[in-house]
Amino acid sequence: MTGPMFALSALLSHWARHKVQAALLLLGLALATALLTGVQAINAEARASYDRAASALSQDNLPRLVAERITVADYVALRRAGWPVSPVIEGEALIGGQTLRLIGIEPLTLPSGVAPDIGLAGDPTGFLTGEVILSAEALNDPRVRPAELPSGVALTDIGVAAGILGPEISYLLLTGDRPAPPGYALIHPATTDLSQLTESFHLNLAAFGYLAFGVGLFIVHSAIGLAFEQRRGMFRTLRALGLSARALTGLLLAELLVFALVAGAAGVLLGWLIAGALLPDVAATLRGLYGAEVGSGLTLRPVWWLSGLGIAVLGMLASAGQSLWRLGRLPVLAPAQSRAWGRESARAMRAQALAGAGLIGLGAALLAVRGLWAGFGVLAGLLLGGALMLPMLMAALTRAGQRLSRGTVAQWFWADTRQQLPGLSLALMALLLALAANIGVGTMVGSFRTSFTTWIDQRLAADLYVEAADEADATRLLAWLGNRAEALPMIRTTDGGTQIVGMVDHPLFRRAWPLLRALPDPWARLDAGDVFINEQLALRRGLAPGDRVEQGVIAGIYPDYGNPMPQVILSWDRHRALYPLPVLRYALITDIRAAEIRAAFPRVVVEDRAAIRKASVAVFERTFAVTAALNVLTLGVAALAMFASLLTLSSLRLPQVAPVWAMGLTRGRLAQLEFLRTLALAALICGLALPLGLALAWVLLAVVNVEAFGWRLPMLLFPGDWLRLGLLSLLAAGLAAALPVRWLARIAPAELLKVFAHER
Amino acid sequence: MNVKAIMLILMACAVSAPASGQGFAGLGSDAGGFEMPGPGPFDFPADHGPHPTFRIEWWYVTANLTAADGTEYGAQWTLFRNALAPHEAGGWASPQIWLAHAALTTATQHLAAEKLARGGIGQAGVTAEPFGAWIDDWELSDHMAARGEGFAFDLALHATGPIVAQGDGGYSVKSAAGQASRYYSQPFYAASGEVELDGKRIPVTGTAWMDREWSSQPLAADQTGWDWFSLSFDDGARLMGFRLRGATDFVSATWIGADGRPEPQPPGALRLTPLRSTTVAGREMPVEWRLELPAKGLDITTRALNDQAWNALSVPYWEGPIRAEGSHPGHGYLEMTGR
Repeated sequence: MTGPMFALSALLSHWARHKVQAALLLLGLALATALLTGVQAINAEARASYDRAASALSQDNLPRLVAERITVADYVALRRAGWPVSPVIEGEALIGGQTLRLIGIEPLTLPSGVAPDIGLAGDPTGFLTGEVILSAEALNDPRVRPAELPSGVALTDIGVAAGILGPEISYLLLTGDRPAPPGYALIHPATTDLSQLTESFHLNLAAFGYLAFGVGLFIVHSAIGLAFEQRRGMFRTLRALGLSARALTGLLLAELLVFALVAGAAGVLLGWLIAGALLPDVAATLRGLYGAEVGSGLTLRPVWWLSGLGIAVLGMLASAGQSLWRLGRLPVLAPAQSRAWGRESARAMRAQALAGAGLIGLGAALLAVRGLWAGFGVLAGLLLGGALMLPMLMAALTRAGQRLSRGTVAQWFWADTRQQLPGLSLALMALLLALAANIGVGTMVGSFRTSFTTWIDQRLAADLYVEAADEADATRLLAWLGNRAEALPMIRTTDGGTQIVGMVDHPLFRRAWPLLRALPDPWARLDAGDVFINEQLALRRGLAPGDRVEQGVIAGIYPDYGNPMPQVILSWDRHRALYPLPVLRYALITDIRAAEIRAAFPRVVVEDRAAIRKASVAVFERTFAVTAALNVLTLGVAALAMFASLLTLSSLRLPQVAPVWAMGLTRGRLAQLEFLRTLALAALICGLALPLGLALAWVLLAVVNVEAFGWRLPMLLFPGDWLRLGLLSLLAAGLAAALPVRWLARIAPAELLKVFAHER
Repeated sequence: MNVKAIMLILMACAVSAPASGQGFAGLGSDAGGFEMPGPGPFDFPADHGPHPTFRIEWWYVTANLTAADGTEYGAQWTLFRNALAPHEAGGWASPQIWLAHAALTTATQHLAAEKLARGGIGQAGVTAEPFGAWIDDWELSDHMAARGEGFAFDLALHATGPIVAQGDGGYSVKSAAGQASRYYSQPFYAASGEVELDGKRIPVTGTAWMDREWSSQPLAADQTGWDWFSLSFDDGARLMGFRLRGATDFVSATWIGADGRPEPQPPGALRLTPLRSTTVAGREMPVEWRLELPAKGLDITTRALNDQAWNALSVPYWEGPIRAEGSHPGHGYLEMTGR
């Protein structure tokens, strides 16, 4: 063995003797890497789905002609008059046991580059004249062939689609910039695509990923600090034996890199599992909220390995940088005196608090700036600033505790707690961040849920909602209903990325569309040609009642939760004149049961109020299921950080504990006090996390939500949740303290005596 | 989907392609299930219409036009029928695919456009009586009209002579191995109307020539391309001649008297000699030729009105007006697939 190899084996022997420490280091880094790569994997998968959708179905980017009814003869008449149109028959179809969006295209007139390479070269005859359905889904249908398509979509020739969905043409794609021919309405493509629409959602996820990563690095930092601290004697010996400072640093760096790679690899696998577990929820949310189809399958891409390992190495270097830097400057014969790890002078603490206040101030200043990034800037400033100010606040609190306490033991308890603060501050910061994030997000979700459920109960005012497959079906249904039901037609189209709703003036709708702000007598104005717009549109464009949009003067603004799109309501007659579309949807005021209609009209989709409410609330709950899951994980990471720090401190604190023991406090009593101290610290952190969390909730509700989704919600408080969270964190702190405390309670008295014998 | 993919559909219509290749545009592939052409008289007017049991068919009109100031123009209107299966069906289920090319040529410009449509729904098709062929807003009946990016034409067509059967009474042999098509022409159209170029409408007059051909396997597998002439001489006679390039070249010609009487020439009687080539779209194309038909005392040189008359469409080829000088002055059209 050569010199460096001896040195390396000496360095590594430390980990063999401190297995828990090694495990913590690996676990911390693996968890941090896992959360970040998991979230990134989810986002990457979703974005890949959007790209697939965009490249596969760019027909959505073309203007289209719609009419109440388009027959093949109508299409041919337009072609023969020189209109560059291509027909599409599109609808929901049950294929191989799965409901898919079936799109029937006419390949010969389809504008170039609209459809994906659908493999026509291999079997053109099949696609044009055979029964071939292309889909990315594995479907139990002999007609289906695999193809690179967005999930939930099947592509086929228009002839096949006509056989499944009926001969009527859904719409005509129009190439070129031309006005609509008489009898047709021109619907413009949306100006925003899916990735823009969902950007805020992914930004939310990413922010959580980074938060979890930051918290995870706290663990790594404390574990590395401990390992370096405990090996100070060994470092000195190695240096005295002739190992250069550079060689020692290099060896330690190599050691850390190995740890980083092992933890990174574990983290990538763990992240993959997390992403796989969360993806179905995310996919369901994206579908419910944005209509975006994201596949639920996740492949472990090579790029994740690269980025995951990179993240782990960077995180490791960031966590170990300080320790390595100090080591490099360690004089050869420096006394191996035990330095309170991470001790900071009062001055450094003040500077840190000042920086924290500065960050909070910067965040507050960002409130003046619009945009989602500014919103997250406010959040980051608040969280980081709060964390940086924590040591100063804790010092002040413990000082106050000391002043208020009677008796020497109590006074020692507070003073000793303050003495420990520098070593614990990182773990405490992690706990503070996790708790504040939990309170903030919990308050936001709770406020949202309350507003949302009230709103949806109001919105769903009719008894049944029906949608016919075609106009003939609708006519038969209305005749069948006769006077057993009052049927209110509903219609909506999307033009230029804005939903345009035609609304009948009826007391039911007046009840169901409460207005946030309005001009006097808004419904009469709507009938007279004014419009209502949703809150999203109003906030996005800074509009108020009395302002104008393209469709007319705004008479009212209504809440429209869960809808990412801008929406405009026109009077029924105006909508009919602008968009001559078939009327297929009706709200029914009736005591007929849904099942009765379904039995008589199998092709009519019937939903009752309760079912729609249930589905909407489910979408809502899923939207925040991921948030909740990440919240729990973050809290878990924080508890681990706490545990790591306490473990670190417990061995370092012997010189402080031994004199107290010598003065007559039993080991059991000491352990009790240690336990109590941990709980007291956790309780203090809970108290500090509450205002920070509420501030966070306010930013989320008043800034981030408004920017991301376009709706502003009242902030509601849920003290019950706080109590539960507080107890949970006390429990976590208690568990974290259990092992070190047990160790202290059972420590051999000889160990304590050694402190006085300088034999450590 | 791009046009290339569509063309692949058309190309791939062979059920089993011969290993030696499919020649130009798949025309040399097997007939697989389709009807084979045979000799015999035509059945007019039914034969003006489509023959869906044959795999490929075309209505092909070229016109040599002159404006009042003497400027020369060439106009092409072509409708191809391509069958994916040897039958017709109504609605979207039709296996008949229609492809059309239109082009307008001047000495300095050549503009071409393409259209695709499926049969069965009425977007494109041909009726025999009264005769009419169409795809979208392009039409061919007693007038021919088409419109593309930057050009358009609408020309009234008036037949001044009889329909001419090509080959052996309309049975046109295309190779020594016996590949053949049904083929007739109307080489005696007088054309008059307007061409539109860059938004400017120009009255023109001239002559036009229609070729009608259908087959299921018109080329031998080794025949990879052709050079095809249709010429109207100032003395009223007409000449159709082609060279199919393969392992051995196959040259065929029909001399048409001013009265419309066809005189099929024996294979090889027409001698075709390229005189000058130019680079078009990266290929060497002979744009000047010497044509000799000793039996008729014919010895002429043909020159292209525009060397760059290249139809850069999904199946690219050279198609342009030519002028003949020598023993028989006149004008006509030349089509070359290049090598």
